[in-house]
Amino acid sequence: MNPRAAIPLIVFIAIAVLLWSGIGKDPTVLPSVLVGRPAPEFSAPELRDPGVVHSKASLLGKPYLLNVFASWCPTCRIEHPILARYVRERGLRLVGLNWKDETADALQWLRQFGDPYSEILYDPTGLIGIDFGVAAAPESFVISADGAILYKHIGALSVADMENTVMPLLEGRQP
Amino acid sequence: MNVNLRWIALALLFACTPMVAIEPLQFADRAEEQRYQQLLRELRCLQCQNQSLADSDSNVAGGLRQEIHRQMQAGRSDDEIKAFLVERYGEFVLYRPEIKSSTWLLWFGPFVILAGGAVALVVHLRKRRTGTTAAAAGNARDEEDW
Repeated sequence: MNPRAAIPLIVFIAIAVLLWSGIGKDPTVLPSVLVGRPAPEFSAPELRDPGVVHSKASLLGKPYLLNVFASWCPTCRIEHPILARYVRERGLRLVGLNWKDETADALQWLRQFGDPYSEILYDPTGLIGIDFGVAAAPESFVISADGAILYKHIGALSVADMENTVMPLLEGRQP
Repeated sequence: MNVNLRWIALALLFACTPMVAIEPLQFADRAEEQRYQQLLRELRCLQCQNQSLADSDSNVAGGLRQEIHRQMQAGRSDDEIKAFLVERYGEFVLYRPEIKSSTWLLWFGPFVILAGGAVALVVHLRKRRTGTTAAAAGNARDEEDW
């Protein structure tokens, strides 16, 4: 056989490998440009007590998980009990970012599903979310004690995500 | 006016309904509004990734439109607004990402493949022409191979 006859087959295999490697990749998982950089500056009232104002500076000192949630977000209900358990059993410091929500709805949601948050930033306009590059709820950020973004998670956090990535980062271990 | 004409006018009215993002926003003039719409068409919605910010009804797109409008009112240029979004959401928000080493494949890859195909076609046609001459001379080996 003429070796040149193999060229179409080689081209076919190259294209097949290229396309095959794309199968199963989640296009909604985008590399975050913010990871490894200082978190943006923010200042927001506490959802449960609007007289109190939180800022990036006021939350420094101990690493925390910043969890973007909203009462209108169904996926948030999936991760919520998992996060609550880590707060209860493992001393997770969980800060909420209540995103594009109404105060009354958010408070009702917390009464219904439980409130594991130590602080909750209230962001009804979503401007803090824009600064964090939030595309949809839920999203979570691991913030270091000195205010840098160590990790961004898009979508609901599972027990595996918490064990393999979030808790090691928060506890200063290698993930 | 005759009834038929009225129906035609009504149909035309609906046909011309502009497919633009609807938020009650104030613009200084028509040019500014066009600039706003043009900018939105070049930016991708992060939630519904195959829609532009102009098309999308998603929650985050509405918020971003308001922020873009606010920044335009504050006198920021298109490039400044795009830089603001890229800083937060990455190059992915741009439908026309900047040409740099990490996007060369994206920009020029299709042309490289096209050129490769053209070269292969030319080579093949040339060979076939000589092949036909050879076949006329009684040698059809090349055709059998394919």
